[in-house]
Amino acid sequence: MKPIYMDNNATTACDPAVVEAMLPFFTEQFGNASSIHSFGAQVGKALKEARGKVQALLGAAHDSEIVFTSCGTESDATAILSALKAYPERRTVITTVVEHPAILTLCDYLEKEDYIVHRLRVDKKGRVDLDEYKSLLNDRVAIVSIMWANNETGTLFPVEEMAEMAHEKGILFHTDAVQAVGKVPIDLKNTKIDLLSLSGHKLHAPKGIGVLYVRRNTRFRPLLRGGHQERGRRAGTENSASIVGLGVACDLAAQHMDAENTVVKKLRDRLERGILAKVKNAFVNGDLHYRLPNTASIAFEYVEGEGILLLLNKEGIAASSGSACTSGSLEPSHVMRAMGIPYTAAHGTIRFSLSRYNTEEEVDRVIAAVPPIIAQLRKLSPYWSGEGPVTNLEQAFQPEYA
Amino acid sequence: MWDYSEKVREHFFNPKNSGPLDEANGIGDVGSIKCGDALRLMLKVNPESEVIEDAHFQTFGCGSAIASSSALTEIIKGKTLDEALKVSNQDIADYLDGLPPEKMHCSVMGREALQAAVANYRGEVWTDDHEEGDLVCKCFAIDAVMIEDTIRANGLKTREEVTNYTKAGGGCSACHEKIEDVLIAVNGRLYSSEPKPKKSPLAVPGESPVKPKLTNYQRIRKIEDTLEALRPMLQRDHGDVTLVEVDGKKIYVALTGACQGCSMESATLGGIQAKLVEALGELVQVLPVAALAHA
Repeated sequence: MKPIYMDNNATTACDPAVVEAMLPFFTEQFGNASSIHSFGAQVGKALKEARGKVQALLGAAHDSEIVFTSCGTESDATAILSALKAYPERRTVITTVVEHPAILTLCDYLEKEDYIVHRLRVDKKGRVDLDEYKSLLNDRVAIVSIMWANNETGTLFPVEEMAEMAHEKGILFHTDAVQAVGKVPIDLKNTKIDLLSLSGHKLHAPKGIGVLYVRRNTRFRPLLRGGHQERGRRAGTENSASIVGLGVACDLAAQHMDAENTVVKKLRDRLERGILAKVKNAFVNGDLHYRLPNTASIAFEYVEGEGILLLLNKEGIAASSGSACTSGSLEPSHVMRAMGIPYTAAHGTIRFSLSRYNTEEEVDRVIAAVPPIIAQLRKLSPYWSGEGPVTNLEQAFQPEYA
Repeated sequence: MWDYSEKVREHFFNPKNSGPLDEANGIGDVGSIKCGDALRLMLKVNPESEVIEDAHFQTFGCGSAIASSSALTEIIKGKTLDEALKVSNQDIADYLDGLPPEKMHCSVMGREALQAAVANYRGEVWTDDHEEGDLVCKCFAIDAVMIEDTIRANGLKTREEVTNYTKAGGGCSACHEKIEDVLIAVNGRLYSSEPKPKKSPLAVPGESPVKPKLTNYQRIRKIEDTLEALRPMLQRDHGDVTLVEVDGKKIYVALTGACQGCSMESATLGGIQAKLVEALGELVQVLPVAALAHA
């Protein structure tokens, strides 16, 4: 049976049209865009077109505000480190506890270098408290960095409003929008967002290409210095094939934006309803009224995510766990913990992230596959007995924790 | 996804001895706070012979936690309690043809459940004294708590010393920054890794040889004692070392067991050499026994 891919927040398949557009840039169009001769000139033209397509998807005022990088992580690091360099007297960064490691690990490192980092906490639906945020804004803050959408739950953050608030206090605002670009409409020219990161491979472009949007007149200090590429803001020969691919992907994302918020959303809702109707002691994480249309984060209580994933994989279904047990760290997901989800549910959280390539038939296959898998694992679980969680206090499982 | 062995997959997809055991007379409940995994081990022990007649488990945890639990029950069935208590976490991992370093704690949890279940059967109270930290060295599965404890116990100051004492950082070297972070956390600062001023007059070139402080007999005894102290560390990884020959500054050793042919052989020899240089106060070279043939 054809495998089912529902892990699009991790990465997406390259759209065939993207691949097709890229191929000439590995062969006849191999020139360096900076060269004078015709080999280079054609590539330069293609890059300009691609830049325009990215600009259009982001609603940026100028195409020169688009800086191509190698990935979302590079864009994030460039934005934050640039602000700290450009405003050396400001030594504070504001972010949230649920950011991607690209932000959080960098912030941990900055603390070692004696910078001050405020991480906004979230409530059980993953929302920040804007009053707390407001109280932290002052002239010692170099930059605010808030994700547009959370990668695990899909919960959206009111970044436009938060950018306004930062702007009023003269503070730079950056958003890690790698999960949001292509899934929610963005119109940067009508916001106060100064810097935005996007990652190509999250929207059906290849891996190894990212963008940092830098609003005109933003004080900026490059991470990589060298040649004059990207107007000196990101040195290094352009990844021309991938930039062209990203341009096509942005075009396609704009075309499919409506479908993403209707068709894909309907599939996601069908999946959630179908699973919750058949599996008890399960619930959806995040802010159900304000989240990405493609993401379903479902907590299955009393079982552990990795087991679910291994059994799903056996059925040809690809998803991922909110529990970081699969990603090299053993701690349950920092996002689930920040939301106060109990251990026994945080560990059993599975993220299904859909794309425009998923079908209703696939959704129905997943709905059919999940309940027996959960039942099988609950049979092994010391927290479960027969048809429900252990309620008899005599038998209750209270392990000695090391 | 983890690189699980076939054995791990087999025990995860078709776990042996899962579910409650009604006639259990020894039950151990343990959990690892580090990853939230938890395990209940149930034993049916024959009161006459103390033989484990049946063993079942219930596990809340990842694939390797379930596989480790399944393996544990298979290993201990038919053993007496005293025999079963000799089962180490490495035995559980070996039974499964190995576990990824990040997942070794699953086998530790299995061993702890066994201790807890036996204590429960015997009417004793089992308390766990093992604290687990963040994994630092992935090559040798050494966590931050073990590194921290070793730094404190031995007053270690440099990354090199940490590697010599714990092996952490002796492989791919990617974790050296993390080891330095632990050193800073413990010592409050990072000491330079510059070699210490050479105390041994033998190390100064151009000077006439100075009488060694030790007699030949004392020197060899010292070498033996140093190797002896290193053996438990190697045995923990199912390896071992024996002294073969001492020829002036060349010390030939045989690495046996898992050390033999291990890709880390030269790192291990390097570690032994550092220890011997420290103990003898002179520069020596540690060579594998194979080098003796060419000597």
